[in-house]
Amino acid sequence: MAREDNVMAFITALRDRYQSEIEAIRASGLFKDERYIHSPQWSEIEVEFPAGSKPKKCINICANNYLGLSSHPEVIAAAHAGLDSRGYGMSSVRFICGTQDIHRELENRLTEFLGTEDTLLFPSCMDANAGFFEACLNEQDVMIADRLVHASIVDGMRLCKAMQDTYKHSDMGHLEEKLQEHMDRRSRMILTDGVFSMDGDMARLNEIVELAEKYDAMVFLDDSHATGFIGRTGRGTHEHCGVFGRIDVITTTLGKALGGASGGCVSGRRELVEMCRQRARPFLFSNSVAPVIVAGALKVMELISRSTERRDRLEWNARYWRGLLKDAGFDIKEGESPIVPVMLYDAKLAQDFARDLFDEGVYAVGFFFPVVPKGQARIRTQLSAAHEKHHLDFAIDAFKKVGQKHGVLGLGRKELLARAGA
Amino acid sequence: MDEMNRVVRDYIVREYLEEGDDREITDTTPLITGGIVDSFSMVSLKRFLEKKYQIRIPDADATPDAFDTVQGIVALVQRFRTAAPVGV
Repeated sequence: MAREDNVMAFITALRDRYQSEIEAIRASGLFKDERYIHSPQWSEIEVEFPAGSKPKKCINICANNYLGLSSHPEVIAAAHAGLDSRGYGMSSVRFICGTQDIHRELENRLTEFLGTEDTLLFPSCMDANAGFFEACLNEQDVMIADRLVHASIVDGMRLCKAMQDTYKHSDMGHLEEKLQEHMDRRSRMILTDGVFSMDGDMARLNEIVELAEKYDAMVFLDDSHATGFIGRTGRGTHEHCGVFGRIDVITTTLGKALGGASGGCVSGRRELVEMCRQRARPFLFSNSVAPVIVAGALKVMELISRSTERRDRLEWNARYWRGLLKDAGFDIKEGESPIVPVMLYDAKLAQDFARDLFDEGVYAVGFFFPVVPKGQARIRTQLSAAHEKHHLDFAIDAFKKVGQKHGVLGLGRKELLARAGA
Repeated sequence: MDEMNRVVRDYIVREYLEEGDDREITDTTPLITGGIVDSFSMVSLKRFLEKKYQIRIPDADATPDAFDTVQGIVALVQRFRTAAPVGV
């Protein structure tokens, strides 16, 4: 069989096989297209979509830029200063020659902010979650995870030899049954998100901690969609739920509210963090967080420790936006966080809706399988402290217009599913 | 076999249906393809079957296809029950 004369040395049969799979994704309405942004991340951005078209200004309502710091001038200035004083890249993993004084400084700042004993930076929270469980647990232990934990936690669990179990989403009765079932394991660890990324609801963390203390279990909390803005001073779900200082391990990201660049961390009991420093594979085998990122993140920590103005504004925006959507007749998931899913249930409808929103100058993306379960497609809207009231008023007019076009206003789940022919 | 079907159905209702979910689980209700059980939460079903029926189901046989219906699950359990029982 002749080789294709191409960059990738794919023989024809392999190319055909993968092209068939890609076409099947397209045919099922689950294909994801990228959009190209020609501006910094902000409440208003310029977007090229479809590819090759003239970039268009629109309001962004789907970024994890919760505190509006992704393009903040002080953060950018601090990153520039970091480039000048500490260079571009470390060309090393941390334990060889990849640790600078600013890495230690950022880890100390995060420890203090999160109320833990120690912190270790990772290239991303995805890496932190991938590395933590394998480093700290083995076949004698059990991990009991909420069924809606983030995909990165599921992946991390699969890399670990500890027993796995799950409990119905936020069902404390079911969690207690699982803890009782696993009292014969060396240790039990409860795994949860703080704010669940697809639904925007919050873990019942105070009840989880009570159960953990009752059944001698550890608590693992991924607070990526909470650090910086949930809780009175933005320290996270544990502050909000009144259990600050009682979480054994927190993982979180620098790639959302805390600047939006990249990086993540494990923060918690000093022994657990040390185990990661000694054994977590993404820490041992992946490049150190770049100095420019660390310098920017240090400025973010300074800004959010100085004032709660941004998280207060975000809280107001989230409340206002939820009210607008409900008044307009959309089916939304209840909650307090700045993640507000507009439920459409049907994948094609979600894609068409997002496309039409874009035509009206609002950038949001349809979420469908495998990102969310089949039949649970949605537009996941996310608020930012960078949103002004007029942005949200503009956006709701666009949502209403598109909602009317697709006939979804005032319909609940059953009616929407019936429309989709489910 | 009817008793095993009932035991498996009851477990699935208890373990996977949320409060207020009054869907009927029959022997042919699609569990995995129907979104009632996913590959992440399937692990507790496998463990339940192994403990209840004193069998070991190899990971290679614990596929979403094999676990998609109560009927399929019972057939799988019967297959491994006919082999020598193992301590679990």
